[in-house]
Amino acid sequence: MAVQVLIPTPLQKFTNNDASVAIEAGSVSALVDALEERYPGIRARLCDENGKLRRFLNIYVNSEDIRFLDNETTVLGDGDEVSIVPAVAGG
Amino acid sequence: MTATLSRTTFTGLRCKECGHPYASGARHVCEDVCFGPLEVVYDYEAIKSRVSRATIEAGPASIWRYREFLPIEGDPIDVGTGFTPLLKAGNLARRLGLKSLYIKNDGVNMPTLSFKDRVVSVALTRARELGFSTVSCASTGNLANSTAAIAAHAGLECCVFIPSDLELGKVLGTLIYNPTLMAVKGNYDQVNRLCSEVANTYGWGFVNINLRPYYSEGSKTLGYEVIEQLGWELPDHIVAPLASGSLFTKIRKGFDEFIKCGLVDEKRVRFSGAQAEGCSPIAQAFAEGRDFITPVKPNTIAKSIAIGNPADGPYAIDIATATGGAIAAVSDAEIIEGIKLLAETEGVFTETAGGTTIAVLKKLVEQGKINPEERTVAYITGNGLKTTEAVASAIGQPYLIEAQLDSFTAAWQQAQASQQG
Repeated sequence: MAVQVLIPTPLQKFTNNDASVAIEAGSVSALVDALEERYPGIRARLCDENGKLRRFLNIYVNSEDIRFLDNETTVLGDGDEVSIVPAVAGG
Repeated sequence: MTATLSRTTFTGLRCKECGHPYASGARHVCEDVCFGPLEVVYDYEAIKSRVSRATIEAGPASIWRYREFLPIEGDPIDVGTGFTPLLKAGNLARRLGLKSLYIKNDGVNMPTLSFKDRVVSVALTRARELGFSTVSCASTGNLANSTAAIAAHAGLECCVFIPSDLELGKVLGTLIYNPTLMAVKGNYDQVNRLCSEVANTYGWGFVNINLRPYYSEGSKTLGYEVIEQLGWELPDHIVAPLASGSLFTKIRKGFDEFIKCGLVDEKRVRFSGAQAEGCSPIAQAFAEGRDFITPVKPNTIAKSIAIGNPADGPYAIDIATATGGAIAAVSDAEIIEGIKLLAETEGVFTETAGGTTIAVLKKLVEQGKINPEERTVAYITGNGLKTTEAVASAIGQPYLIEAQLDSFTAAWQQAQASQQG
């Protein structure tokens, strides 16, 4: 059940500068665990001190914001694309 | 130090959330700690020592009269942006039951008739200083117009991204400058996400992404100008549209900086925000007393402010709450009525965002949330000629007549009768 994860520039220092990585995970929260296992230290960047995903970070599964899905419990399937995007001002 | 460098008053960037410092490059999020937004840090003592009401009044009739408050190092790209009219709106004030109402009319800003010219002038000046040769943006329309136009003037390559369902005027008003235009099948939030991904891999200057800390500072000039145009006084209450929330926070910052630098006497200004019901995540959070935003999928004619996941929304709520203001939403029908009301009473034709602002102004007066005695400023941020589709079916028709006096007379009588009816 590999998903493809798009890594934003600020986090590519954890992924050996890879902008996209394939990883096994069945849900968004499991994906955070799997990322931490492979890239130690990345969890502290994705989550705040209470373990919640940071307020200024948006996560999309197949282009859909997980806040329109099931947040951290959103189920991931084989071939899904997950994008991690820091919030940006609008225009 | 050269003469040019000595005019620089900013010293770096800092995270607005956790305060972590960064050098002043092309970056917009707190990448070492919390992903909060970065803000420009200024040396206010240096600014105070150089700036007075007299030095500002002697400056150019553009945003660059405030250049000490803007994050650039060298010569600005000055296309005459800013210093737009502050109109005393007596007719509209009487209609609404207010004593003192002003319209800040950025629908006639230069060069592309929206407030976005302010932020883009600053962003592209900084883009050039940071060595970018290609500039880009994610836009709901006005920003694309402005980025394409000012990039053309500055000789920068330009590739901009918009949702594919935008008004024709906004698409044409971008293509005329001959950028590469990407019309993305999706809403603004999807365009924005795509652009963040593009910014990851292409070395471009995205005015509202990696240049965001500089870009957003341009909106402060909407605060400075109102102070100066009111005779160096603050208003009592302002009403502005809320899309991402950035403009709202920067008007406040502009007011605060002029107070801090001794250019205007301190007083509390109430801040009220306007959204369209079809995209009102900030108004919903405000109404429910939440300090976090639940994103929505936009469905409104007010496309220029249709941002379902507003990055600065929590800050806009903080400001409205702290100043005793309100955030309200109005329907598309009310937005059209707002556009017509401003046109008919003051001769100002605004786009849907401006109609939203006027409709919310009216609503807040009716609800008693704006005191008739307050000196109130409504910010009109864009021009109605770009969104004619929105009002085309809600306005009158011309009388088609022969080039003969009786034909005119008959039509004139018909017109008189219909007005009385």
